Amino acid sequence: MKNLYDLIIIGTGPAGMAAAVTARNFGLSTLVVDEQRDLGGQIYHSLENARPENTFALGTDYFYGESLIRSFRKSGAEYLPETMVWNLDENHNIGILREGKAYQLKTKHLLIAAGAMERPVPIPGWTLPGVMGAAAADILFKVNDMVPEEPVVLAGSGPLFLLVACRLIDNGVKIAAMVDTTRFGSYLKSLPYFPQALRVASYLGKGLSMRWKIQKGDFPIFQSADNLAIYGADSAEEIHFTSLGRKRKIHAKSFLLHDGVVPNIQFTRLLECEHQWYERQRYWKPVLDDWGNTSVNGVSVAGDCGGIWGAKAAEHAGRLAAIDIVYKQGGLSAEEKILAADPLIKKLGREKLIRPFLDQLFPPSCHALVPSSDETLVCRCEEITAGQIREAVSLGAISPGQVKSYTRCGMGPCQSRMCGLPLAEIIADSRQVPTPTVGHLKIRPPLKPITIGQLADLELLK
Amino acid sequence: MSNQTGLDAIIIGGGLQGCSVAIHLAHQNKRVVLLEKDTCGKHASGATAGGLRCLNRAPEEIPLSLAAKTMWGEIEKLVDSNCGFRPTDQIRIAGTQEDLNLLEARRERVCAMGYNHEELIGAEELRRLVPAIGSNGIGGLICRGDGYADPGLTCQAFQVKALRLGVTIHQQTKVLALEKGSEDWIVSTQNKQFSAPIIVNCAGAWGDEIAAMVGDHVDLKKEALAMMVTSRYRHFIDPVIGHASRKLSFKQMENGTLVIGGALRGILLEKEERTLIDWPQMRESAETVRSVFPFLADLHIVRAWGGIEGMTPDRLPIIDSGKHASGVFHAFGFSAHGYQLVPIVGKVVTDLICSGRSDFDLEAFRIDRFEKEISS
Repeated sequence: MKNLYDLIIIGTGPAGMAAAVTARNFGLSTLVVDEQRDLGGQIYHSLENARPENTFALGTDYFYGESLIRSFRKSGAEYLPETMVWNLDENHNIGILREGKAYQLKTKHLLIAAGAMERPVPIPGWTLPGVMGAAAADILFKVNDMVPEEPVVLAGSGPLFLLVACRLIDNGVKIAAMVDTTRFGSYLKSLPYFPQALRVASYLGKGLSMRWKIQKGDFPIFQSADNLAIYGADSAEEIHFTSLGRKRKIHAKSFLLHDGVVPNIQFTRLLECEHQWYERQRYWKPVLDDWGNTSVNGVSVAGDCGGIWGAKAAEHAGRLAAIDIVYKQGGLSAEEKILAADPLIKKLGREKLIRPFLDQLFPPSCHALVPSSDETLVCRCEEITAGQIREAVSLGAISPGQVKSYTRCGMGPCQSRMCGLPLAEIIADSRQVPTPTVGHLKIRPPLKPITIGQLADLELLK
Repeated sequence: MSNQTGLDAIIIGGGLQGCSVAIHLAHQNKRVVLLEKDTCGKHASGATAGGLRCLNRAPEEIPLSLAAKTMWGEIEKLVDSNCGFRPTDQIRIAGTQEDLNLLEARRERVCAMGYNHEELIGAEELRRLVPAIGSNGIGGLICRGDGYADPGLTCQAFQVKALRLGVTIHQQTKVLALEKGSEDWIVSTQNKQFSAPIIVNCAGAWGDEIAAMVGDHVDLKKEALAMMVTSRYRHFIDPVIGHASRKLSFKQMENGTLVIGGALRGILLEKEERTLIDWPQMRESAETVRSVFPFLADLHIVRAWGGIEGMTPDRLPIIDSGKHASGVFHAFGFSAHGYQLVPIVGKVVTDLICSGRSDFDLEAFRIDRFEKEISS
């Protein structure tokens, strides 16, 4: 580790790796940190260790990451796996924790490529053992070759939801039911974006083939499902929902929920970068220029943590961000920058064509935004329910910060990663105002806990 | 722009002091509007570590602080909530003989003034009260019945009580100008005007800006105060712990979390009204905690935060009527130890407004005390 880097990158997904390769091509001293043991981010998680017998189940999109990983390995970027970032500030100090020791480093430029996270789905029973995110279950398969206990119910919607369903089918996992929460109205609303999506027909083809595979599966599919709730004594036993006006109940051992992914904005929020509300998918994302620069000087973002565009778009965005950083540090002239960026801008534009269609087709479901039942847990760390949040609002709290101070909602170690979005939605719903106007919770460092001893031994690399 | 009239008083600042004044005024049947530029309790009130101490107060503050202590003991009467108040004692620990000498000198000074709420204890009594201290403490100065409360619950309780008593609270309403009309003050905000004969300035770290609007000038300095909280730990300590010679304020809350503070400074970004944590300074604090309680080394720090507080040159608050215009009252600049004084400040200011006098000697808290120093 050095005292000062030209560039520090957080994350080894497609955006982080691509940016590192580009930055190294122009000779920037580059450090890449990632919390995980294996590189690849979520999409190419553990690709280097994938077992040959899983090649079919993992699919060609997964193995597409191989060449990028190879270039990254050869790039000469310093790479620290299993390294947690616990602090960032606008003076470009970065607190990391590695092998139990805390350090504070400095960088000329910071690139955040922290990816996406599954949208929390706060329905009754979502915290019971046996319930997990569909994408989280997928990671378990990629890393540990593990599949959820059978039979499995899949409940939710979205492209990743379909992908996970297909992977389970290919693995021969017994599926009890697929509970599809996509609304019929969404199909209509997405139609205007269909012509544009047709220009990237490969994505549509992929979607259709996934649909076809699911349709052929030997399990029931419930359309337009709503009012999801999971019940069980010690662990999840059954899911209740309504589908096409009928009440349903399905028994299973595992319940995989999914309601799309949202940008991981913990880092940009901690830095208090300017953010904007994306109404169609109801999430916050940092305000970025064409090169991924945030409102904070010397801090850029690439990939899904700047807005959900997918893995291939992330790769192009990572390269573009790196080109701009190289330019700012004098490694490229203005003309060279434009020439180098041009093909990437075109590719990125093409990758983005499909997204408006998908965002319309798979909006977050109502139950994932505002839990209808007062008993539903919203903050898992501090065990705060929707009812307690509503009560705080009725007492006069108008912002997430005030509700946090009244109820402890969001005060736990997860730093409101899970409850932040539903908290704001519930407050806005109770106050009958638009969600972005109620604001958001402030993220307090450390982003992830460090111990008193680790802080006492903090090493400042100056 | 609409103008709300028919009011008795307008309070500027929705921190705890402002809410306390609102409650006491409402009890006197005053029609009160409270204006808060952000949300109630957003700055110092919400960010405090929550310690309640008479221990080690500036001599001038002791009478107010003792009166406040009594009021905290029955805080439920005032705001219908116990605010998480725990009367668990506060102790300043001595680690060395020099520390002990410092504490003894302090005790003598307070005694000479006729107060006996601070008491010296030896190693044995310290170990009885704080078994975990082991051999790291050889004595201490204690104020029994001091303690702490939950700042979140307190902010909530004071705001809710004010609302229940009929106070109108406008949050996210910043005062842009103050003007004296023929009789009333006219307060302009971004979307509305308010008129009343009385203005109460409880604007905390922004108190100087409001004071300047009515001709009173104070050299108030904004500072960021920082603290941190750990994950839950088994119950092991009751009293709030300070240290005779090291920067430390340390308490275990009812839920098991430890709050660590003690005059730690954060980095203030004044224009943006934000604070940053200065980790090298927090490191010192972690070192202190570890040296006093080594078994806490593996406990996780979950969160650190800062709050913006207004500091006066002599670190004493300003509690006074305006010197350049009638109908103006100030209560701000509590210099990072106003939390304990909250219940009494509301009463004192209300007395000043309603009867023109207070039971307490407020000479040390005059707003023009710094001007005098310059002229003399």
